[in-house]
Amino acid sequence: MNQDWVVVADDLVKTYKMGEVEVNALQGASVKIARGEVVSIMGPSGSGKSTMMNILGCLDRPTSGEYMLDGEVVANMTDDQLASVRNRKVGFVFQSFNLLSRQTALFNVELPLRYAGQVENRRQRAADALKAVGLEDRMTHRPTELSGGQQQRVAIARAIVNEPAIIMADEPTGNLDSKVGKEIMQLLLNLNKERGATLIIVTHDPVIAAQTQRIIKLRDGMVEDENMQNGGVQ
Amino acid sequence: MNLSQAILEALESLSSNKMRSGLTVLGIVIGVAAVIAMLAVGTGAQDSITGSISGIGTNLLFVFRGGGRMGGGTEVRNPKPLTLQDAAAIADPFAAPSVELVAPVLQDSLIVSAAGQTTTTNVSGVTPDYFPLRNYTLTEGDVITEEHLLGRASVAVIGPETADTLFGRRDGLIGEQITIEGQPFRIIGVLTAKGGGMFGSEDNQVLIPYSTAQTRLIQRRTRDQVDMLLVQVVDSESVPSAVEEVSAILRTRHRTEIGADDFTVFSQQDFLSTAATITSVLTIFLGGIAAISLLVGGIGIMNIMLVSVTERTKEIGLRKALGARKRDILTQFLTESSLLSLFGGIIGIAFGWLIAFIVEKVAIASGTPFYPRIGLDAILLATIFSAAVGLFFGIYPANRAANLEPVEALRYE
Repeated sequence: MNQDWVVVADDLVKTYKMGEVEVNALQGASVKIARGEVVSIMGPSGSGKSTMMNILGCLDRPTSGEYMLDGEVVANMTDDQLASVRNRKVGFVFQSFNLLSRQTALFNVELPLRYAGQVENRRQRAADALKAVGLEDRMTHRPTELSGGQQQRVAIARAIVNEPAIIMADEPTGNLDSKVGKEIMQLLLNLNKERGATLIIVTHDPVIAAQTQRIIKLRDGMVEDENMQNGGVQ
Repeated sequence: MNLSQAILEALESLSSNKMRSGLTVLGIVIGVAAVIAMLAVGTGAQDSITGSISGIGTNLLFVFRGGGRMGGGTEVRNPKPLTLQDAAAIADPFAAPSVELVAPVLQDSLIVSAAGQTTTTNVSGVTPDYFPLRNYTLTEGDVITEEHLLGRASVAVIGPETADTLFGRRDGLIGEQITIEGQPFRIIGVLTAKGGGMFGSEDNQVLIPYSTAQTRLIQRRTRDQVDMLLVQVVDSESVPSAVEEVSAILRTRHRTEIGADDFTVFSQQDFLSTAATITSVLTIFLGGIAAISLLVGGIGIMNIMLVSVTERTKEIGLRKALGARKRDILTQFLTESSLLSLFGGIIGIAFGWLIAFIVEKVAIASGTPFYPRIGLDAILLATIFSAAVGLFFGIYPANRAANLEPVEALRYE
């Protein structure tokens, strides 16, 4: 099967040194994710879930193993090269939104474009992204003037503004009540459907995971199980 | 991100915590203001001292009894006094071609009174040459002449301040009587006001004929002894040769051993350079102390920036996650610290200017005209120094921010 893989991670190992003790957060995990797929990563705490997300999101490098993101080999890049990859290919959605509280929604969404050195159409593209998440009438509001759901929408707009290869969502509904959480989840799935964005959701919540096409279960730093559901590709 | 964006963002960030930014800026303001004010006062002092030395008269040599030039030489025992004969020898145009005029002076502080008022002031016995030599002019009356000398006349030329003290006015004094140590003198002239000098006011003195002073008021151990010889040199280029000529004549006349002169020749240039050395040391000293406060202000900036970096660790992590490179974060924090110190510098210059202005007003009000001068060099120095302080003390915190690990920073609460 000739598949268009956007994430190809092979035999990832990540070892942290905590003083004298070495902790193996990942012990040879391999993951492949196809373009346009919706995947959730689950696992109990200590399973290496966060480490996996950090490495797939290019925030961190594996101790050993291969990782290719959208055709670029990123395992041995320098900090600044990784920053550039994150800027172009990864959109982050965090549990606690992580917006700049002093700046407007528009400025927050523009931020990745600023770091990309994009000058032309910056405002327009940010406005379009906000429109895509349904916040066209909240552009000049600051995060403190927005509800939690609206803040997460701003964060999602920020994640898609650079048209990244993958969207990494870390417990995107964790700080929201279930009704708003459902809306956010729906928004993410719609973006996947309409824009073909590859979605990787890290979550504890089986209800969230159930809405994805595939669940990657981690245990003790290894991929324990890959459940196909909802018409997954493998 | 380009620079103007960085500056805008830094401004927003600084204005979001106005109190803290303001206090940090204050440290720099005080430092820069102190540097500006101290340099201005120092330069002003230098100007006023050089001005008053130049006002003594041009191309002058002062010859005193006693060995050891200022700033070196050995003290000679039993120095021979300077005499009128020494003065005559120096005045010889063949022995000392560089010398134009020689004026012997006898000087003492004496009690002068008139019209019921009494004061103690400098009384000098002088010759007619003394007036052109010191650039003295009169507002009214006549100077002391050869006739007065020959006749040991009881006449006096008084300074305007002395006139104020004794009579309460400066004009219409010709022919008035004053008494010096109980002896009556007739006023024949009043000096033009010169303003304060570094050796006491030249406006507060009484000049009488040399011969009168010698015989009746200022008696010295030997008859022809003088307190000081003033020598005018033909032009400023001849000052060094005049010093040599005068020294040679006096060495011969006093039969001193080589290297053990029992007199001192001091030129106006010596005074000027000594004064310049003293005042520039003073200026550097004052400026140095002020610079320390600027340094303290810089440490304040570093402190605040470190707090700010810690406080915004999560924001830094987020920015890095969104693709900020080390350089971007570095620029962001350096811009903030530089802006802080730049504001401090600008306000400090204005503030220092104000201090200098107040010093000037106070000096004028207290009767010592003194003009602090703020040079372009001082402003440039303060601006560059304060910007450098901001950059230097910003580098460490900014580096710390730039080198944060994105994973760690994002996790920070």
